Amino acid sequence: MGASVSSYQRRSKDELARRVARDIPDGAYVNLGIGQPTAVANHIPPGREIILHSENGILGMGPAPAAGQEDYDLINAGKQPVTLRPGGAFFHHADSFAMMRGGHLDVCVLGAFQVSVTGDLANWSTGEPGTIPAVGGAMDLAVGARQTWVMMDLLTKTGESKIVARCTYPLTAIGCVRRIYTDLASFECTPRGLRLIDHVDGLALEELQRLVGQPISA
Amino acid sequence: MINKIAASVAEALADVRDGATVLIGGFGTAGIPGELIDGLIAQGARDLTVVNNNAGNGDTGLAALLATGRVRKIICSFPRQADSHVFDGLYRAGRIELELVPQGNLAERLRAAGAGIGAFFTPTGFGTELARRPDGSPKETRRIDGRDHVLEYPIHGDVALIRAERGDRWGNLTYRQAARNFGPVMAMAARCTVASVHEVLELGQLDPEAVVTPGIFVRRVVRVPRVATAAGGFRSVG
Repeated sequence: MGASVSSYQRRSKDELARRVARDIPDGAYVNLGIGQPTAVANHIPPGREIILHSENGILGMGPAPAAGQEDYDLINAGKQPVTLRPGGAFFHHADSFAMMRGGHLDVCVLGAFQVSVTGDLANWSTGEPGTIPAVGGAMDLAVGARQTWVMMDLLTKTGESKIVARCTYPLTAIGCVRRIYTDLASFECTPRGLRLIDHVDGLALEELQRLVGQPISA
Repeated sequence: MINKIAASVAEALADVRDGATVLIGGFGTAGIPGELIDGLIAQGARDLTVVNNNAGNGDTGLAALLATGRVRKIICSFPRQADSHVFDGLYRAGRIELELVPQGNLAERLRAAGAGIGAFFTPTGFGTELARRPDGSPKETRRIDGRDHVLEYPIHGDVALIRAERGDRWGNLTYRQAARNFGPVMAMAARCTVASVHEVLELGQLDPEAVVTPGIFVRRVVRVPRVATAAGGFRSVG
């Protein structure tokens, strides 16, 4: 790689959350997965009204309450105290999952261990022997939302691409991911493979292609 | 006269049989019927199948029930948590059976039981490990309108233990905030639903427009005090 003079900076966690938030349209009903996706709520552009869904029965979920104001009957799917915005509503679990499974949510944003170029998602289990499996609402969200987006670092800690030809971790769902937002670039998954949406400044396409290890169409 | 109000938790749970399937409401800190779980521990029924979203936290509530060794099997979506050490130990020792179910399938299988649905097809889980039965055999699948679906069966309960907010002697219930979660579908799915409430009202005092679980789905209502604990859900309520 001696000849390439790529000089670029990864998107920080906040920058990645802001990048995802930028693409969420005004008026969307959105479910943000546990972990990194939760931060997207802090970066919704001013003037856009987004309604957040939490699978434990909340629409119109607001931010965390001030210290001392926690109400432990009002928590998010990650079991942290949240608030309810004016106009928000409560409902039972079957209705809540009907909102996902019935295709009523516009967007869900999930983390991932791996995503295939055609949108297969692996985000619930590493399949390691001895670990106790837990799936929660991941499989329902992945197949139910009108658009499933993934946000993640492009590479594992050991430098391997998390975008793969075929997932080796146990699948969450087949062909469900529409877009992948990463710290280096954003992609669309299509039946014909990856399409580039954008990338960080200074990152050459050849370098990105080398990191991903999969064909990318512009 | 219909009077579903039980005098005590012990009275409400007196007839839970060994081998029963017990649906237990709650998600995280919200809606867990702690007093009813403690009552079930005191009652002593064993060889139970428990249905809950999780598999217990810390050493109280569901975790304490598991620790008695009286739960043969748990059906849940998310057993692994930072403080699920009781379940973890039992599972690793092979002393409890786990049926892992996507959370939406859990809710819908309960709803189906309550609504008399024989089985239903859903895209959730298609092509994954969870499209297999616990014995490893594949579940039935079908392509419907070009999309692949998995056949899922209802989960019927013998007993449901749920936490509501207010109730009356006909068994009508309201809930509080996100503590509603599994309560209404579990109430429908069990033959005998026992609801704890914090207030028992006279008939007519619950706004009929606001009743969430109509009394037809509820067998017994028992009043328990509001506990002002950090995890109990009522700390900031006046």
